[in-house]
Amino acid sequence: MSDFEPRGRMLLTVLVGLILTVLPLPPWLDSARPAFLVVTVLYWSIASPRTGGIALGWFSGLLLDVFQGPVLGQHALALALITYLAVREHQKIRFKPALQQSLIIFALLAFYEFVVFAIDGWSGHPVTNPMRWLHTATGAVIWPFAAAFLNHSSGRRA
Amino acid sequence: MAAFGTGASSRSLQGRGGSAGFRFTLYAILSVVVMFLDQRQGWLERARYVLQAASYPLQLAVSSPTTAWRWLQESFATREALESENKRLRDQQRTMELRSMRYEALEHENAELRGLKDALPPAAERWLPAEVVNYRTKETDNHRAVLNRGTSNGVFRGQAVLDEKGLLGQTIHVGPWSSEVILITDPEHEVPVQIARNGARTVAVGSGDPTSLRLPYLPANADVKIGDLLVTSGLGGVFPAGYPVARVTEVHRDAVDPLSRFRAATLGRIDLDREVTLVWFRPDHPSAPGGTSIADAKTGNPAIQPQKAPPKPVATPPATPEPPAASAATPAAKVPSAKAPSATAPSSAGTAKPKPTTAAAPPATSSAPPGPGTSGTSGAAASEPASPPPAPAPTPQEQQ
Repeated sequence: MSDFEPRGRMLLTVLVGLILTVLPLPPWLDSARPAFLVVTVLYWSIASPRTGGIALGWFSGLLLDVFQGPVLGQHALALALITYLAVREHQKIRFKPALQQSLIIFALLAFYEFVVFAIDGWSGHPVTNPMRWLHTATGAVIWPFAAAFLNHSSGRRA
Repeated sequence: MAAFGTGASSRSLQGRGGSAGFRFTLYAILSVVVMFLDQRQGWLERARYVLQAASYPLQLAVSSPTTAWRWLQESFATREALESENKRLRDQQRTMELRSMRYEALEHENAELRGLKDALPPAAERWLPAEVVNYRTKETDNHRAVLNRGTSNGVFRGQAVLDEKGLLGQTIHVGPWSSEVILITDPEHEVPVQIARNGARTVAVGSGDPTSLRLPYLPANADVKIGDLLVTSGLGGVFPAGYPVARVTEVHRDAVDPLSRFRAATLGRIDLDREVTLVWFRPDHPSAPGGTSIADAKTGNPAIQPQKAPPKPVATPPATPEPPAASAATPAAKVPSAKAPSATAPSSAGTAKPKPTTAAAPPATSSAPPGPGTSGTSGAAASEPASPPPAPAPTPQEQQ
Protein backbone atom coordinates (compact mmCIF):
# COMPACT_ATOMS: atom_id res chain seq x y z
CA MET A 1 0.00 0.00 0.00
CA SER A 2 2.55 2.52 1.11
CA ASP A 3 4.49 2.56 -2.08
CA PHE A 4 7.11 5.14 -1.20
CA GLU A 5 8.21 4.04 2.19
CA PRO A 6 9.54 0.65 1.14
CA ARG A 7 11.46 2.33 -1.62
CA GLY A 8 13.14 4.71 0.78
CA ARG A 9 13.98 1.84 3.09
CA MET A 10 15.14 -0.20 0.17
CA LEU A 11 17.56 2.46 -0.98
CA LEU A 12 18.81 2.87 2.57
CA THR A 13 19.48 -0.84 2.96
CA VAL A 14 21.16 -0.90 -0.44
CA LEU A 15 23.44 1.92 0.67
CA VAL A 16 24.27 0.04 3.86
CA GLY A 17 24.93 -3.04 1.77
CA LEU A 18 27.30 -1.06 -0.42
CA ILE A 19 29.13 0.34 2.59
CA LEU A 20 29.55 -3.15 4.01
CA THR A 21 30.78 -4.36 0.64
CA VAL A 22 33.50 -1.77 0.07
CA LEU A 23 34.58 -1.12 3.65
CA PRO A 24 38.31 -1.87 3.96
CA LEU A 25 38.85 -5.03 5.97
CA PRO A 26 41.96 -6.98 6.94
CA PRO A 27 42.89 -9.35 4.12
CA TRP A 28 42.10 -12.62 5.89
CA LEU A 29 38.59 -11.40 6.58
CA ASP A 30 38.20 -9.80 3.21
CA SER A 31 37.89 -12.86 1.03
CA ALA A 32 35.29 -14.36 3.35
CA ARG A 33 33.17 -11.24 3.25
CA PRO A 34 29.76 -11.97 1.78
CA ALA A 35 28.58 -9.81 -1.09
CA PHE A 36 26.26 -7.80 1.13
CA LEU A 37 24.95 -5.61 -1.64
CA VAL A 38 24.10 -8.59 -3.83
CA VAL A 39 22.35 -10.33 -0.96
CA THR A 40 20.36 -7.18 -0.19
CA VAL A 41 19.32 -6.76 -3.79
CA LEU A 42 18.33 -10.42 -3.96
CA TYR A 43 16.23 -10.00 -0.85
CA TRP A 44 14.35 -7.10 -2.36
CA SER A 45 13.77 -8.85 -5.65
CA ILE A 46 12.27 -11.80 -3.82
CA ALA A 47 10.37 -9.92 -1.12
CA SER A 48 8.99 -7.13 -3.28
CA PRO A 49 9.83 -7.63 -6.92
CA ARG A 50 7.75 -4.62 -7.84
CA THR A 51 9.80 -2.15 -5.84
CA GLY A 52 13.12 -3.86 -6.38
CA GLY A 53 13.69 -6.01 -9.36
CA ILE A 54 15.89 -5.81 -12.36
CA ALA A 55 16.31 -2.05 -12.45
CA LEU A 56 17.51 -2.07 -8.85
CA GLY A 57 19.84 -4.94 -9.69
CA TRP A 58 21.26 -3.21 -12.70
CA PHE A 59 21.87 0.11 -11.02
CA SER A 60 23.37 -1.53 -7.94
CA GLY A 61 25.60 -3.52 -10.24
CA LEU A 62 26.71 -0.34 -11.98
CA LEU A 63 27.52 1.13 -8.58
CA LEU A 64 29.64 -1.92 -7.81
CA ASP A 65 31.34 -1.47 -11.16
CA VAL A 66 32.21 2.10 -10.38
CA PHE A 67 33.58 1.06 -7.01
CA GLN A 68 35.39 -2.11 -7.88
CA GLY A 69 34.94 -3.23 -11.45
CA PRO A 70 37.70 -3.32 -13.99
CA VAL A 71 35.04 -3.15 -16.70
CA LEU A 72 31.93 -1.01 -16.48
CA GLY A 73 28.77 -3.06 -16.84
CA GLN A 74 30.25 -6.29 -15.56
CA HIS A 75 28.55 -6.49 -12.19
CA ALA A 76 25.54 -4.75 -13.70
CA LEU A 77 24.99 -7.59 -16.13
CA ALA A 78 25.58 -10.29 -13.53
CA LEU A 79 23.24 -8.68 -11.02
CA ALA A 80 20.55 -8.01 -13.60
CA LEU A 81 20.72 -11.66 -14.55
CA ILE A 82 20.26 -13.06 -11.06
CA THR A 83 17.64 -10.48 -10.08
CA TYR A 84 15.73 -11.48 -13.18
CA LEU A 85 15.83 -15.10 -12.07
CA ALA A 86 14.88 -14.13 -8.53
CA VAL A 87 11.99 -11.96 -9.70
CA ARG A 88 10.71 -14.64 -12.00
CA GLU A 89 10.76 -17.30 -9.30
CA HIS A 90 10.09 -15.07 -6.31
CA GLN A 91 6.84 -16.74 -5.36
CA LYS A 92 8.39 -20.18 -5.30
CA ILE A 93 11.43 -18.99 -3.38
CA ARG A 94 9.47 -16.97 -0.88
CA PHE A 95 7.61 -19.93 0.60
CA LYS A 96 10.51 -22.31 0.78
CA PRO A 97 11.94 -23.21 4.21
CA ALA A 98 15.04 -21.31 5.26
CA LEU A 99 17.52 -24.01 4.36
CA GLN A 100 16.23 -24.40 0.86
CA GLN A 101 16.19 -20.64 0.46
CA SER A 102 19.84 -20.59 1.45
CA LEU A 103 20.62 -23.22 -1.15
CA ILE A 104 18.83 -21.24 -3.83
CA ILE A 105 20.70 -18.11 -2.81
CA PHE A 106 23.92 -20.09 -2.95
CA ALA A 107 23.12 -21.15 -6.49
CA LEU A 108 22.24 -17.60 -7.51
CA LEU A 109 25.42 -16.21 -5.97
CA ALA A 110 27.49 -18.87 -7.67
CA PHE A 111 25.86 -17.99 -10.98
CA TYR A 112 26.57 -14.32 -10.31
CA GLU A 113 30.19 -15.03 -9.50
CA PHE A 114 30.48 -17.21 -12.58
CA VAL A 115 29.26 -14.40 -14.83
CA VAL A 116 31.68 -11.95 -13.19
CA PHE A 117 34.45 -14.53 -13.50
CA ALA A 118 33.69 -15.12 -17.17
CA ILE A 119 33.67 -11.42 -17.98
CA ASP A 120 36.89 -11.02 -16.02
CA GLY A 121 38.45 -13.58 -18.27
CA TRP A 122 37.07 -12.20 -21.52
CA SER A 123 38.11 -8.68 -20.73
CA GLY A 124 41.63 -9.79 -19.92
CA HIS A 125 41.76 -9.51 -16.15
CA PRO A 126 41.59 -13.15 -15.14
CA VAL A 127 41.58 -13.86 -11.41
CA THR A 128 41.78 -17.59 -10.98
CA ASN A 129 42.24 -17.59 -7.24
CA PRO A 130 39.76 -20.12 -5.85
CA MET A 131 39.16 -17.83 -2.89
CA ARG A 132 36.94 -15.71 -5.08
CA TRP A 133 34.21 -18.33 -4.77
CA LEU A 134 34.25 -18.26 -0.99
CA HIS A 135 31.81 -15.39 -0.68
CA THR A 136 29.04 -17.42 -2.32
CA ALA A 137 29.12 -19.82 0.62
CA THR A 138 29.29 -17.11 3.26
CA GLY A 139 26.51 -15.26 1.46
CA ALA A 140 24.30 -18.35 1.65
CA VAL A 141 25.15 -18.74 5.33
CA ILE A 142 24.18 -15.19 6.23
CA TRP A 143 21.06 -15.27 4.07
CA PRO A 144 18.58 -16.31 6.83
CA PHE A 145 19.94 -13.62 9.14
CA ALA A 146 20.03 -10.99 6.42
CA ALA A 147 16.48 -11.88 5.39
CA ALA A 148 15.26 -11.73 8.97
CA PHE A 149 16.93 -8.38 9.50
CA LEU A 150 15.62 -6.95 6.25
CA ASN A 151 12.15 -8.35 6.98
CA HIS A 152 12.23 -6.51 10.22
CA SER A 153 13.48 -3.30 8.65
CA SER A 154 10.92 -3.43 5.87
CA GLY A 155 8.12 -3.92 8.41
CA ARG A 156 7.04 -7.14 6.82
CA ARG A 157 5.88 -10.12 8.77
CA ALA A 158 8.07 -13.01 7.84
CA MET B 1 13.65 4.14 -12.12
CA ALA B 2 10.07 4.70 -13.20
CA ALA B 3 10.04 1.36 -14.92
CA PHE B 4 8.76 -0.47 -11.89
CA GLY B 5 6.00 0.50 -9.55
CA THR B 6 3.57 1.26 -12.31
CA GLY B 7 0.16 -0.18 -11.57
CA ALA B 8 1.01 -0.86 -7.98
CA SER B 9 -2.34 -2.32 -6.99
CA SER B 10 -2.63 -4.96 -9.65
CA ARG B 11 -1.05 -8.25 -8.79
CA SER B 12 -1.39 -9.98 -12.10
CA LEU B 13 1.71 -12.03 -12.41
CA GLN B 14 0.97 -13.44 -15.76
CA GLY B 15 1.77 -10.32 -17.69
CA ARG B 16 4.72 -9.36 -15.55
CA GLY B 17 6.76 -12.43 -16.35
CA GLY B 18 6.95 -11.30 -19.92
CA SER B 19 7.73 -7.71 -19.06
CA ALA B 20 10.41 -8.77 -16.60
CA GLY B 21 12.02 -10.80 -19.32
CA PHE B 22 11.79 -7.86 -21.66
CA ARG B 23 13.30 -5.51 -19.13
CA PHE B 24 16.03 -7.97 -18.39
CA THR B 25 16.88 -8.24 -22.07
CA LEU B 26 17.00 -4.48 -22.28
CA TYR B 27 19.34 -4.17 -19.33
CA ALA B 28 21.48 -7.04 -20.52
CA ILE B 29 21.95 -5.41 -23.90
CA LEU B 30 22.69 -2.12 -22.21
CA SER B 31 25.37 -3.63 -20.01
CA VAL B 32 26.95 -5.49 -22.88
CA VAL B 33 27.11 -2.25 -24.86
CA VAL B 34 28.63 -0.45 -21.89
CA MET B 35 31.20 -3.20 -21.42
CA PHE B 36 32.08 -3.18 -25.08
CA LEU B 37 32.56 0.59 -25.10
CA ASP B 38 34.57 0.47 -21.92
CA GLN B 39 36.86 -2.23 -23.25
CA ARG B 40 37.66 -0.20 -26.35
CA GLN B 41 40.16 2.04 -24.66
CA GLY B 42 39.04 5.53 -23.97
CA TRP B 43 35.61 5.55 -25.53
CA LEU B 44 34.06 5.75 -22.13
CA GLU B 45 36.79 7.84 -20.58
CA ARG B 46 34.43 10.77 -20.52
CA ALA B 47 31.68 8.72 -18.91
CA ARG B 48 34.19 7.37 -16.42
CA TYR B 49 35.14 10.91 -15.58
CA VAL B 50 31.52 11.85 -14.94
CA LEU B 51 30.87 8.67 -12.98
CA GLN B 52 33.96 9.28 -10.91
CA ALA B 53 32.67 12.74 -10.10
CA ALA B 54 29.14 11.52 -9.43
CA SER B 55 30.24 8.66 -7.23
CA TYR B 56 32.67 10.71 -5.22
CA PRO B 57 30.10 11.89 -2.64
CA LEU B 58 28.92 8.32 -2.35
CA GLN B 59 32.48 7.19 -1.98
CA LEU B 60 32.93 9.67 0.82
CA ALA B 61 29.70 8.50 2.42
CA VAL B 62 30.78 4.90 2.13
CA SER B 63 34.14 5.58 3.73
CA SER B 64 32.55 7.74 6.41
CA PRO B 65 32.41 4.95 9.02
CA THR B 66 36.18 4.52 8.69
CA THR B 67 36.71 8.25 8.85
CA ALA B 68 34.42 8.54 11.84
CA TRP B 69 36.27 5.76 13.62
CA ARG B 70 39.61 7.46 13.00
CA TRP B 71 38.23 10.76 14.14
CA LEU B 72 36.88 9.12 17.27
CA GLN B 73 40.22 7.49 17.94
CA GLU B 74 41.99 10.77 17.47
CA SER B 75 39.68 12.83 19.58
CA PHE B 76 39.89 10.36 22.43
CA ALA B 77 43.63 10.09 22.24
CA THR B 78 45.15 10.80 25.58
CA ARG B 79 47.49 13.63 26.28
CA GLU B 80 50.37 11.23 26.92
CA ALA B 81 49.82 9.47 23.62
CA LEU B 82 49.86 12.75 21.77
CA GLU B 83 52.93 13.89 23.61
CA SER B 84 54.81 10.72 22.87
CA GLU B 85 53.80 10.91 19.23
CA ASN B 86 54.94 14.48 19.10
CA LYS B 87 58.28 13.52 20.56
CA ARG B 88 58.65 10.66 18.14
CA LEU B 89 57.90 12.92 15.20
CA ARG B 90 60.36 15.51 16.41
CA ASP B 91 63.07 12.86 16.70
CA GLN B 92 62.21 11.61 13.28
CA GLN B 93 62.40 15.07 11.84
CA ARG B 94 65.82 15.62 13.37
CA THR B 95 67.21 12.45 11.86
CA MET B 96 65.62 13.34 8.54
CA GLU B 97 67.20 16.74 8.58
CA LEU B 98 70.58 15.29 9.37
CA ARG B 99 70.18 12.78 6.61
CA SER B 100 69.07 15.36 4.08
CA MET B 101 72.06 17.50 4.98
CA ARG B 102 74.30 14.58 4.14
CA TYR B 103 72.21 13.94 1.05
CA GLU B 104 72.81 17.40 -0.29
CA ALA B 105 76.54 17.00 0.12
CA LEU B 106 76.38 13.67 -1.67
CA GLU B 107 74.38 15.13 -4.47
CA HIS B 108 76.96 17.82 -5.02
CA GLU B 109 79.69 15.27 -4.97
CA ASN B 110 77.85 13.10 -7.43
CA ALA B 111 77.23 16.00 -9.76
CA GLU B 112 80.90 16.90 -9.65
CA LEU B 113 81.97 13.35 -10.29
CA ARG B 114 79.75 13.13 -13.32
CA GLY B 115 81.18 16.36 -14.63
CA LEU B 116 78.00 18.30 -14.51
CA LYS B 117 78.37 22.03 -14.40
CA ASP B 118 75.92 22.75 -11.66
CA ALA B 119 74.11 20.62 -9.17
CA LEU B 120 70.84 19.30 -10.47
CA PRO B 121 67.58 20.24 -8.87
CA PRO B 122 65.75 17.35 -7.20
CA ALA B 123 63.87 15.12 -9.59
CA ALA B 124 60.57 15.85 -7.95
CA GLU B 125 59.23 19.25 -8.82
CA ARG B 126 56.09 19.33 -6.76
CA TRP B 127 54.37 17.21 -4.15
CA LEU B 128 50.76 17.04 -3.26
CA PRO B 129 49.60 15.14 -0.21
CA ALA B 130 46.39 13.25 -0.81
CA GLU B 131 44.11 11.42 1.54
CA VAL B 132 43.21 7.80 0.97
CA VAL B 133 39.44 7.74 0.70
CA ASN B 134 39.17 4.02 0.18
CA TYR B 135 41.31 1.11 -0.88
CA ARG B 136 41.01 -2.55 -1.56
CA THR B 137 43.73 -5.16 -1.64
CA LYS B 138 41.67 -8.29 -1.74
CA GLU B 139 43.48 -11.34 -3.02
CA THR B 140 40.71 -12.09 -5.48
CA ASP B 141 40.33 -8.58 -6.73
CA ASN B 142 42.28 -5.84 -8.36
CA HIS B 143 44.19 -3.63 -5.98
CA ARG B 144 43.04 -0.06 -6.09
CA ALA B 145 42.91 3.01 -3.92
CA VAL B 146 40.82 6.13 -4.21
CA LEU B 147 42.44 9.47 -3.41
CA ASN B 148 40.76 12.77 -2.75
CA ARG B 149 42.63 14.63 -5.48
CA GLY B 150 41.66 14.95 -9.12
CA THR B 151 42.12 17.04 -12.21
CA SER B 152 41.16 20.16 -10.29
CA ASN B 153 44.44 19.68 -8.43
CA GLY B 154 46.35 18.98 -11.61
CA VAL B 155 46.50 15.23 -11.18
CA PHE B 156 46.97 13.36 -14.45
CA ARG B 157 46.71 9.79 -15.60
CA GLY B 158 49.83 7.73 -15.02
CA GLN B 159 51.13 9.81 -12.14
CA ALA B 160 53.36 8.22 -9.54
CA VAL B 161 51.98 7.83 -6.02
CA LEU B 162 54.37 7.38 -3.12
CA ASP B 163 54.21 7.19 0.60
CA GLU B 164 57.06 8.06 2.92
CA LYS B 165 58.51 4.54 2.68
CA GLY B 166 58.29 3.82 -0.98
CA LEU B 167 56.36 3.51 -4.19
CA LEU B 168 52.64 2.75 -4.00
CA GLY B 169 51.28 2.88 -7.52
CA GLN B 170 50.08 5.12 -10.29
CA THR B 171 46.82 6.84 -11.13
CA ILE B 172 44.64 5.15 -13.72
CA HIS B 173 41.32 6.97 -13.63
CA VAL B 174 41.23 10.61 -12.72
CA GLY B 175 38.01 12.40 -11.90
CA PRO B 176 37.56 16.07 -11.14
CA TRP B 177 37.99 15.70 -7.38
CA SER B 178 39.15 12.16 -6.95
CA SER B 179 41.40 9.70 -8.65
CA GLU B 180 41.80 5.97 -8.70
CA VAL B 181 45.23 4.46 -8.17
CA ILE B 182 46.37 1.06 -9.32
CA LEU B 183 48.67 -0.31 -6.65
CA ILE B 184 51.95 -2.00 -7.50
CA THR B 185 50.68 -5.16 -5.83
CA ASP B 186 47.88 -5.51 -8.38
CA PRO B 187 48.45 -8.67 -10.45
CA GLU B 188 48.16 -6.59 -13.60
CA HIS B 189 50.74 -4.03 -12.59
CA GLU B 190 54.42 -4.21 -13.40
CA VAL B 191 57.18 -1.89 -12.24
CA PRO B 192 60.56 -1.79 -13.96
CA VAL B 193 63.02 -2.11 -11.08
CA GLN B 194 66.70 -2.35 -10.46
CA ILE B 195 68.48 -4.11 -7.66
CA ALA B 196 70.19 -1.33 -5.79
CA ARG B 197 73.18 -3.46 -4.83
CA ASN B 198 74.32 -4.52 -8.30
CA GLY B 199 72.19 -2.57 -10.74
CA ALA B 200 70.54 -5.62 -12.28
CA ARG B 201 67.33 -4.65 -13.95
CA THR B 202 64.13 -6.59 -14.05
CA VAL B 203 60.41 -6.14 -13.74
CA ALA B 204 58.50 -6.53 -10.49
CA VAL B 205 54.99 -7.84 -10.98
CA GLY B 206 52.20 -7.46 -8.49
CA SER B 207 51.41 -10.74 -6.81
CA GLY B 208 47.83 -10.09 -5.75
CA ASP B 209 49.02 -10.37 -2.19
CA PRO B 210 48.59 -6.98 -0.51
CA THR B 211 52.22 -6.65 0.55
CA SER B 212 54.42 -8.48 -1.91
CA LEU B 213 55.71 -8.46 -5.47
CA ARG B 214 57.06 -11.22 -7.69
CA LEU B 215 60.18 -11.10 -9.83
CA PRO B 216 59.29 -13.64 -12.50
CA TYR B 217 61.75 -12.66 -15.21
CA LEU B 218 65.01 -13.36 -13.43
CA PRO B 219 67.10 -16.41 -14.32
CA ALA B 220 67.96 -18.95 -11.65
CA ASN B 221 71.54 -17.77 -11.37
CA ALA B 222 70.61 -14.13 -10.93
CA ASP B 223 72.53 -12.36 -8.24
CA VAL B 224 69.74 -11.72 -5.79
CA LYS B 225 69.98 -12.02 -2.05
CA ILE B 226 67.43 -11.74 0.68
CA GLY B 227 67.33 -8.18 1.86
CA ASP B 228 68.23 -6.63 -1.49
CA LEU B 229 66.56 -3.32 -2.06
CA LEU B 230 64.64 -2.85 -5.29
CA VAL B 231 64.44 0.66 -6.65
CA THR B 232 62.66 1.98 -9.72
CA SER B 233 64.88 1.77 -12.77
CA GLY B 234 63.36 4.71 -14.62
CA LEU B 235 62.45 2.61 -17.63
CA GLY B 236 58.84 2.38 -18.64
CA GLY B 237 58.20 6.07 -18.65
CA VAL B 238 56.05 6.40 -15.55
CA PHE B 239 58.23 6.19 -12.49
CA PRO B 240 61.49 8.08 -12.20
CA ALA B 241 64.67 6.23 -11.34
CA GLY B 242 65.87 5.54 -7.86
CA TYR B 243 62.75 5.38 -5.74
CA PRO B 244 62.57 2.47 -3.30
CA VAL B 245 59.96 -0.14 -4.16
CA ALA B 246 60.47 -3.33 -2.22
CA ARG B 247 62.90 -5.54 -0.37
CA VAL B 248 63.61 -9.12 -1.40
CA THR B 249 62.22 -11.52 1.18
CA GLU B 250 62.20 -14.87 -0.51
CA VAL B 251 64.70 -16.53 -2.82
CA HIS B 252 63.74 -19.97 -3.92
CA ARG B 253 66.16 -21.67 -6.28
CA ASP B 254 65.40 -25.02 -7.80
CA ALA B 255 67.92 -27.03 -9.79
CA VAL B 256 65.19 -28.24 -12.13
CA ASP B 257 63.32 -25.03 -12.62
CA PRO B 258 65.20 -22.63 -14.91
CA LEU B 259 63.41 -19.71 -13.35
CA SER B 260 63.68 -19.34 -9.65
CA ARG B 261 61.07 -17.71 -7.54
CA PHE B 262 61.80 -14.39 -5.98
CA ARG B 263 59.46 -12.43 -3.81
CA ALA B 264 59.84 -8.98 -2.39
CA ALA B 265 57.89 -7.16 0.28
CA THR B 266 56.68 -3.73 -0.70
CA LEU B 267 57.98 -0.85 1.35
CA GLY B 268 54.93 1.33 0.86
CA ARG B 269 51.90 -0.03 2.65
CA ILE B 270 48.52 1.32 1.60
CA ASP B 271 46.78 -0.37 4.52
CA LEU B 272 48.88 1.64 6.96
CA ASP B 273 48.69 4.91 5.08
CA ARG B 274 46.20 7.58 5.66
CA GLU B 275 47.97 10.10 3.50
CA VAL B 276 50.00 9.51 0.40
CA THR B 277 51.91 11.79 -1.94
CA LEU B 278 51.32 12.54 -5.59
CA VAL B 279 54.53 13.64 -7.29
CA TRP B 280 55.24 15.78 -10.32
CA PHE B 281 58.68 15.15 -11.75
CA ARG B 282 60.90 17.53 -13.60
CA PRO B 283 60.68 16.31 -17.17
CA ASP B 284 64.25 17.28 -18.09
CA HIS B 285 65.87 15.62 -15.11
CA PRO B 286 68.11 12.63 -15.92
CA SER B 287 66.41 10.40 -13.40
CA ALA B 288 62.95 11.47 -14.46
CA PRO B 289 60.92 9.16 -16.67
CA GLY B 290 62.44 10.70 -19.75
CA GLY B 291 60.33 13.18 -21.60
CA THR B 292 57.00 11.43 -21.35
CA SER B 293 53.66 13.03 -21.74
CA ILE B 294 50.42 11.72 -20.31
CA ALA B 295 49.57 10.11 -23.59
CA ASP B 296 52.69 7.98 -23.36
CA ALA B 297 51.60 6.42 -20.12
CA LYS B 298 50.00 3.58 -22.00
CA THR B 299 52.51 3.03 -24.74
CA GLY B 300 55.63 3.87 -22.81
CA ASN B 301 58.43 6.18 -23.67
CA PRO B 302 59.12 6.29 -27.38
CA ALA B 303 62.71 7.32 -26.69
CA ILE B 304 63.50 3.95 -25.21
CA GLN B 305 61.93 1.88 -27.93
CA PRO B 306 64.51 2.22 -30.68
CA GLN B 307 62.77 -0.15 -33.05
CA LYS B 308 63.43 2.05 -36.04
CA ALA B 309 67.19 2.02 -35.66
CA PRO B 310 68.05 -1.68 -36.17
CA PRO B 311 66.75 -2.06 -39.74
CA LYS B 312 69.21 0.57 -40.97
CA PRO B 313 72.40 -1.54 -40.96
CA VAL B 314 70.43 -4.39 -42.45
CA ALA B 315 68.98 -2.15 -45.09
CA THR B 316 72.34 -0.89 -46.33
CA PRO B 317 73.74 -4.21 -47.62
CA PRO B 318 70.73 -4.89 -49.86
CA ALA B 319 71.59 -1.80 -51.89
CA THR B 320 74.78 -3.34 -53.30
CA PRO B 321 74.20 -7.11 -53.58
CA GLU B 322 70.86 -8.12 -55.04
CA PRO B 323 70.50 -11.91 -54.68
CA PRO B 324 71.45 -12.31 -50.99
CA ALA B 325 69.38 -9.31 -49.99
CA ALA B 326 66.09 -11.01 -50.68
CA SER B 327 66.94 -13.92 -48.44
CA ALA B 328 68.67 -11.79 -45.82
CA ALA B 329 65.78 -9.43 -45.45
CA THR B 330 63.65 -11.76 -43.37
CA PRO B 331 66.12 -13.36 -40.94
CA ALA B 332 67.49 -9.98 -40.14
CA ALA B 333 69.56 -10.58 -37.03
CA LYS B 334 71.93 -13.41 -37.83
CA VAL B 335 72.31 -13.66 -41.57
CA PRO B 336 73.81 -10.27 -42.42
CA SER B 337 76.61 -10.69 -39.92
CA ALA B 338 77.71 -13.83 -41.72
CA LYS B 339 77.12 -12.66 -45.26
CA ALA B 340 77.85 -9.01 -45.17
CA PRO B 341 81.66 -9.19 -44.96
CA SER B 342 81.87 -11.35 -48.08
CA ALA B 343 79.24 -9.57 -50.10
CA THR B 344 80.17 -5.99 -49.41
CA ALA B 345 83.83 -6.28 -48.65
CA PRO B 346 84.93 -2.87 -49.86
CA SER B 347 82.41 -0.93 -47.85
CA SER B 348 82.72 -3.13 -44.81
CA ALA B 349 83.73 -0.22 -42.65
CA GLY B 350 80.06 0.56 -42.26
CA THR B 351 78.63 -2.92 -42.38
CA ALA B 352 81.12 -4.43 -40.00
CA LYS B 353 79.42 -2.63 -37.22
CA PRO B 354 76.31 -4.81 -37.06
CA LYS B 355 78.39 -7.84 -36.21
CA PRO B 356 79.71 -6.62 -32.89
CA THR B 357 76.37 -5.17 -31.99
CA THR B 358 74.49 -8.38 -32.60
CA ALA B 359 77.15 -10.20 -30.65
CA ALA B 360 76.93 -7.72 -27.84
CA ALA B 361 73.17 -7.56 -27.88
CA PRO B 362 72.19 -10.77 -26.08
CA PRO B 363 73.82 -9.81 -22.79
CA ALA B 364 72.10 -6.47 -22.97
CA THR B 365 68.68 -7.97 -23.37
CA SER B 366 68.84 -11.09 -21.24
CA SER B 367 70.67 -9.95 -18.15
CA ALA B 368 71.72 -6.69 -16.66
CA PRO B 369 74.48 -4.81 -18.40
CA PRO B 370 77.22 -3.94 -15.96
CA GLY B 371 77.92 -0.58 -17.56
CA PRO B 372 74.77 1.43 -16.79
CA GLY B 373 74.33 -0.40 -13.52
CA THR B 374 77.44 1.12 -12.05
CA SER B 375 76.34 4.60 -12.95
CA GLY B 376 73.33 4.16 -10.75
CA THR B 377 70.77 6.05 -12.75
CA SER B 378 69.57 4.16 -15.75
CA GLY B 379 67.59 7.14 -16.88
CA ALA B 380 70.80 8.70 -18.10
CA ALA B 381 71.61 5.57 -20.03
CA ALA B 382 68.15 5.32 -21.47
CA SER B 383 68.00 8.90 -22.57
CA GLU B 384 70.80 8.49 -25.09
CA PRO B 385 69.62 5.68 -27.27
CA ALA B 386 71.10 7.11 -30.46
CA SER B 387 74.80 6.95 -29.64
CA PRO B 388 75.24 3.33 -28.53
CA PRO B 389 74.79 0.60 -31.14
CA PRO B 390 71.10 -0.21 -31.25
CA ALA B 391 70.35 -3.53 -29.69
CA PRO B 392 67.85 -5.55 -31.74
CA ALA B 393 64.80 -5.49 -29.54
CA PRO B 394 65.37 -4.55 -25.94
CA THR B 395 61.72 -3.70 -25.59
CA PRO B 396 61.38 -2.71 -21.99
CA GLN B 397 58.46 -4.17 -20.16
CA GLU B 398 55.81 -1.55 -19.77
CA GLN B 399 53.27 -1.07 -17.10
CA GLN B 400 50.01 -2.59 -18.07
